[in-house]
Amino acid sequence: MTVETPYQERYRKLKDSAAAGEEALSRQAVIQVGMATCGIAAGAVPVKEAFVRFIEEKNIDARVMEVGCMGHCYAEPLAIISKPGFPALCYGYLDEDLVERLVEDYLLNDDPCYEFALVALEPNDVFPTLSDFPRGVHEKKIVLEHCGFIDPGEIDHYISRGGYSALAEALSGTPATVLEQVKESHLRGRGGAGFPAGLKWEAAVQAGGGTKYVICNADEGDPGAFMDRSILESCPHQVIEGMLLCAYAIGAEKGYLYIRAEYPLAVKRVRLALEQAREKGLLGSSILGSSFNCDLEVFRGSGAFVCGESSALVRSMEGKMGIPATRPPRLAQSGFRGRPTVLNNVKTFAYIPPIINRGVDWFRSIGTEKNPGTAVFSLVGKVAHTGLVEVPMGTTLRELIYDVGEGVANDKAFKAAQIGGPSGGCLPEAAIDIPIDFDSLQEAGAIMGSGGLVVLDEDDCMVAIARYFLEFTQQESCGKCTFCRLGTKHMLDLLTAITEGRGEPEDLEVLERLAWEVKEGSLCNLGATAPNPILTTLRYFRDEYEAHINEKRCPALMCSELIVYYIEPSKCSKLCSVCVGSCPTEAIYTRDDGLKAIDQDKCTKCDNCLKTCPPDYNAVIKLSPPGLLAEKEGGKGA
Amino acid sequence: MVEGEEELIRTSVSEVLGEQEAVRESLIPILLRVQEKLSYLPPLAMELIAGALQIPAVDVFGLATFYNQFRLHPPGKYQLQVCMGTACYMVGGKIALDCFERRLGINEGETTPDREFSLERVACVGCCTLAPVVVVNEEVEGRVTPTRVDGILIAFGKKIQPSTGVGEKKGDDGS
Ligand SMILES: Cc1cc2nc3c(=O)[nH]c(=O)nc-3n(C[C@H](O)[C@H](O)[C@H](O)COP(=O)(O)O)c2cc1C
Ligand code: SF4
Ligand code: SF4
Ligand code: FES
Ligand code: FES
Repeated sequence: MTVETPYQERYRKLKDSAAAGEEALSRQAVIQVGMATCGIAAGAVPVKEAFVRFIEEKNIDARVMEVGCMGHCYAEPLAIISKPGFPALCYGYLDEDLVERLVEDYLLNDDPCYEFALVALEPNDVFPTLSDFPRGVHEKKIVLEHCGFIDPGEIDHYISRGGYSALAEALSGTPATVLEQVKESHLRGRGGAGFPAGLKWEAAVQAGGGTKYVICNADEGDPGAFMDRSILESCPHQVIEGMLLCAYAIGAEKGYLYIRAEYPLAVKRVRLALEQAREKGLLGSSILGSSFNCDLEVFRGSGAFVCGESSALVRSMEGKMGIPATRPPRLAQSGFRGRPTVLNNVKTFAYIPPIINRGVDWFRSIGTEKNPGTAVFSLVGKVAHTGLVEVPMGTTLRELIYDVGEGVANDKAFKAAQIGGPSGGCLPEAAIDIPIDFDSLQEAGAIMGSGGLVVLDEDDCMVAIARYFLEFTQQESCGKCTFCRLGTKHMLDLLTAITEGRGEPEDLEVLERLAWEVKEGSLCNLGATAPNPILTTLRYFRDEYEAHINEKRCPALMCSELIVYYIEPSKCSKLCSVCVGSCPTEAIYTRDDGLKAIDQDKCTKCDNCLKTCPPDYNAVIKLSPPGLLAEKEGGKGA
Repeated sequence: MVEGEEELIRTSVSEVLGEQEAVRESLIPILLRVQEKLSYLPPLAMELIAGALQIPAVDVFGLATFYNQFRLHPPGKYQLQVCMGTACYMVGGKIALDCFERRLGINEGETTPDREFSLERVACVGCCTLAPVVVVNEEVEGRVTPTRVDGILIAFGKKIQPSTGVGEKKGDDGS
């Protein structure tokens, strides 16, 4: 056995005391309630309170704990119950009644109520575990390993599971060793572009001595993604440890976590985590008794998408408008306050501790040769099991959507996977057998992005989604480049016209030309990737554009100018009048024969009647083009 | 300006300036903190901050307009933020926003004249599972249908009259 260094010894003492604290509690039943933002939104607070209340009432020896996101967001509110003598079981869709029952039947009377359990978290003979489901087969958690299993507000939970051991080990060696390991790991940055992290760090080392900075990019601008937020809310210490390792490797003594101001819970939890790390001597001066000093703090971003871009982010930290700068110099040469700066994404930093702990070979054995490791996605939209997922690079999109996400929700037909947000694209059924990695996605016209994946079904209009993203990028363009500023506006106007039935056949060519011009003429990737949603939808779903332009028809029945609501008399029932009350504008009236009909002049196309019409009748339908209405109504009289 | 308001602005700004170093780099943190206290950035506050940092007031105004997070007008008592993230947009976020605009007679980004409600759009708040989502005074409401829009407004004391849908102001949402 190798001899323990003073830093490792110091760390071991921290770990022993953390483990002793946990050990003392392991004889108790433990209830872990998922309390990331989405859990709270779904009602986790009253669920947690109900557990506390019933446990107290019944005088049970059990402890209720707050944890972060477990990734199974579709089944929120969620809790894991670990009772000595039973495997840890995860329960979903909780409410107060179910909580009362679980406390009564399980905690008090040893009946685990298997009918309500989703999955067991430990191997056992009675209930299926994660690996018995397709999701468990694909999933491989590195970044999300601790998310949902530890209390983000208790540093000891992280430490007792080996947290900060990579730091202790690194301090026992040299900064150059850490740099070497990160380079050798071939880890690529997870903020979107996939630039090798080790090369970036090396450039900062080569920039010479003096003050340097480490910055974590938690701006998460993609309007359809929430991975970075969940990670910071669920396991902030893993990111902090990764940043410290980077600071050590490049010789920085100061770092910042740039977190969107819209993420108050993440800000709060990170600040608490930093405070606890400081108390334990893991942050600040002479970390673990060594000569390495480094402090980190939170900088709150103020809601400008372009500030996710590295040079704009740094400018905004300097109190200026976040406008991208021309490169070179790269941040590694001249970044924050003109000093060498390493800026990485939240996930990029979170990979570092596991790489140091388990080694470069282990990391490179996961994923593909050029894209080692895993990919983290927020899987949302029309997919049955929405959530936060992590799979090895090289997994196909189809496996991700159909096995991990259990396919399209509500038996609808799959239409497209939107990947990479406003910089990404929409891939059709025919293109989802490609492996997920930086290079393959780029070839298909999309990008990896930072991990937003939105599943779209037959009810989603591809022109409308392209328009949605263009509206976003047009608003967020900082205005510096003419092509980005005016080109996105022009493209948006064309798309708006098409979705409103005012499109002309030559618009598609104009769109394509503009798209390439904006790509070429933009300084930063906001502009350079803004046309991607248009280019991919034009490439894969041109027929939808043509239907809008030539027939004034929206095939997905989504574009409100191109549809009308209609109540099918043959399906409507005299006995029902649910829709009448549901209409906010009193557009629905009862005809002389007792059936219902819609006054088109009053209808605002809010979709309420369609949603409320009972499934027995399903009498409300949408028609496109609107001209079909005359046919229907004419037909009625004849 | 309401009586006492100027006083409140002055004390809030000086409190915040007391917490932060008076340098350009602190500008965004200072603006965020002042907005937390006053719920928006009144012109006077921005002038005071510019004075303390010895920078031109236009720089402060410029910054406050560049970043979406800053509010230049007082928000309503009830702040409604409709999620326009991808997942919400595709399943009715836009419809919910339209409904609020119609019921309140204001556009996104505005406050009702009685200062009861203000309406904003936000990007993904991380609860796409519950789409479409509306954040009401920092609490997340999921699955917001037009009926739920009315429910939310009624819960905050707004009287809802069935509108005709014609001749009413509809927000210029650019769609
Ligand atoms: C408009 C724009 C927005 C961006 N937003 C983000 C973001 O929200 N988060 C992020 O990590 N990177 C974002 N990036 C990428 C960053 O510029 C940078 O490449 C990245 O943070 C580097 O980290 P990585 O090497 O770990 O990927 C954005 C880039 C552009 C052009
Ligand atoms: S491409 Fe657009 S966002 Fe980027 S610098 Fe130019 S104008 Fe600004
Ligand atoms: S779509 Fe909305 S406004 Fe139109 S009839 Fe149905 S409920 Fe009324
Ligand atoms: S399981 Fe709650 S945020 Fe994902
Ligand atoms: S898109 Fe609305 S919460 Fe994510």
